[in-house]
Amino acid sequence: MTTAVAASHPAYNERVIRLFVIATVFWGVAAFLVGVYIALELAFPVLNLDLPWTTFGRLRPLHTSAAIFAFGGNALLGTSLYVVQRTCRVGLFGGNGLAEFVFWGYQFFIVLAATGYLLGITESKEYAEPEWYVDLWLTLVWVVYLIVYAGTLMTRRESHIYVANWFYLAFIVTVAVLHLGNNISIPVSFLGTKSYALFSGVQDAMLQWWYGHNAVGFFLTAGFLGIMYYFVPKQVNRPIYSYRLSIIHFWSLIFLYIWAGPHHLHYTALPDWAQTLGMTFSIMLWMPSWGGMINGLMTLSGAWDKLRTDPVLRFLVVAIGFYGMATFEGPVMSIRSVNSLSHYTDWTIGHVHSGALGWNALVTFGAVYYLVPKLWKRERLYSVRLVNWHFWIATIGIVLYITSMWISGIMQGLMWRAYDQFGFLQYSFVETVAAMHPYYLIRASGGVLFLLGALIMAYNVWRTIRGDVRQEAGLPAAAATAKA
Amino acid sequence: MIKHEIFERRTLILILGIIVTIAIGGLVEIVPLFTIGETIEKVDGVRPYSPLELAGRNIYVREGCYTCHSQQVRPFRDEVERYGHYSLAAESIYDHPFQWGSKRTGPDLARVGGKYSNDWHVAHLIDPRQVVPESIMPGYPHLARTTIDPSNIADHLRTLRIVGVPYDDAMVENAAADMVAQATPDADLSGIESRYPKAATGDLDGNPAEITEMDALVAYLQLLGRMVDFTTYRPEYTQTSATGGQ
Repeated sequence: MTTAVAASHPAYNERVIRLFVIATVFWGVAAFLVGVYIALELAFPVLNLDLPWTTFGRLRPLHTSAAIFAFGGNALLGTSLYVVQRTCRVGLFGGNGLAEFVFWGYQFFIVLAATGYLLGITESKEYAEPEWYVDLWLTLVWVVYLIVYAGTLMTRRESHIYVANWFYLAFIVTVAVLHLGNNISIPVSFLGTKSYALFSGVQDAMLQWWYGHNAVGFFLTAGFLGIMYYFVPKQVNRPIYSYRLSIIHFWSLIFLYIWAGPHHLHYTALPDWAQTLGMTFSIMLWMPSWGGMINGLMTLSGAWDKLRTDPVLRFLVVAIGFYGMATFEGPVMSIRSVNSLSHYTDWTIGHVHSGALGWNALVTFGAVYYLVPKLWKRERLYSVRLVNWHFWIATIGIVLYITSMWISGIMQGLMWRAYDQFGFLQYSFVETVAAMHPYYLIRASGGVLFLLGALIMAYNVWRTIRGDVRQEAGLPAAAATAKA
Repeated sequence: MIKHEIFERRTLILILGIIVTIAIGGLVEIVPLFTIGETIEKVDGVRPYSPLELAGRNIYVREGCYTCHSQQVRPFRDEVERYGHYSLAAESIYDHPFQWGSKRTGPDLARVGGKYSNDWHVAHLIDPRQVVPESIMPGYPHLARTTIDPSNIADHLRTLRIVGVPYDDAMVENAAADMVAQATPDADLSGIESRYPKAATGDLDGNPAEITEMDALVAYLQLLGRMVDFTTYRPEYTQTSATGGQ
């Protein structure tokens, strides 16, 4: 069906997209592996090995950066550069040279940051750990990325800029602003790695969570909504449900998100007025989030039956479901009285993973499965049945992960504030630590399943790239839907 | 929907629209924190870190202690009873970067200073389960084996002076000597005590021969939460009405 169109394509730059897809799979497996390891460290502290390089404190930033910036970042850069070409019907601005500089420059950033963490080179600002020289390098790569992306938009052969590109563009522009705003620091010496942040205390806290929450809002949400707005309509072969809703979704989402940061600082020394603003806008954020979810899900109108036969679509759609769940849970947790219980506990960790695993990773898997046969000119994936296995193993893993963290988080929050009949605190802190052990085991097993699913994907992708096709029957419901 | 088309046709206008839209919330929340005087309470006792404490804080930052420990006591009955007085903004004005944290896999450390002996901290950092069997904290035995070179600590003080920490010339000039003196038994402490009141001094790590990373980290931990004297501290809003009272 697409071959006739393909012949008339302009010269797209696809080699760099193939590199990004491979990097996405590679860093995904790496991030999940480190995640499983540090989950096991919390259950079995002997795994810290009493060595400087393998402690939880150094590996945890390695895990979060690998998941968000290496796995998520490669997915975003790769898909954005793919989508912008297809929706503008033009090759990349600057050609292969600039685009591959972005690719290799970004991988170099990841390696610089990751090796730094292991060696203890870190600013210890959450999700902004890389030191000053890594920040400068990323700034250069990011500016080139913006030039490639915006340049392609400006040289497009379509009259309008497609909605997915608005979201990608907001992601690129806003992440640049956040990165510059939160990482201003003065190096102790130009040959040394250590720097001191320009701001301190309460102002540094506000800037950090302005950055931190919008790393979620623009990296993990706006960028990934770009993926949703392109790949869901493509995979289901329908136009997006409502163009008007897209416009409202876009502007309200980016306007409201930027205010939400202070909900990470409830009941701290941050002034109350800022906390209240953060909470209020976080609750309002529920609306555009669900507007976007509805826009994505309703794109399946009249084609819901495809969910039975197409596990790739299932990844995309369940991801949107998790997006809706996480963006409901987030506003709830931003309410100060709820936050007084949930903050500092594993509930936050569970919430983050329902977004990161359920939304970001699943939608990325869907996009990878969509892209691999197209980019390597294969008729189809090596095995659709393996996609189905991946889907169920990953989903069960997520459910184990987030339910165990709900229980342990709420339990820990309640134990911290429990009083005995004489009016004394009922539990010492370490008793609450000991009570977490079974849930840490369940969480780790959920992580193992998620990692296993990603390995299945890596195998499937590898066989597809090799050009293998597994002879297999379609999924059971295929016979019932004659239309396909 | 009147003229949304302009954003869909003009890349630069779309970029401009995005920047304006995202600038509003950030500006409204961030700028007033620098201009409203009441944001940071006026309290006595908060001082820059001594060179040894600063080195200890840098180890805290290096090891990512914030991934499991907060430094921010919230104003709840249980937290105040468990940890001490709720945290004030003033207490972290010299923290570049702040280390309030977001997770308590281990307990809050904002007021850990003075709660345990130096020996306890050393034993706990070397092998946490030796003193707290249920602990899941990593061991840091290498801290006690790694010596600290005081020669470049003055550069750190100078850098912090650029970002606004009021280290005076005497503090910078004496930085290396202060660092050695603070961790050396029977040293002349008059300079330290005048420049950095309440500093924990002496043979902090149980090894008088060398100045190690363990000395530095213990010096930092023993200071945490002790700079403000909460037996005399009264919030500003209680000061305006009558005279003192209890």
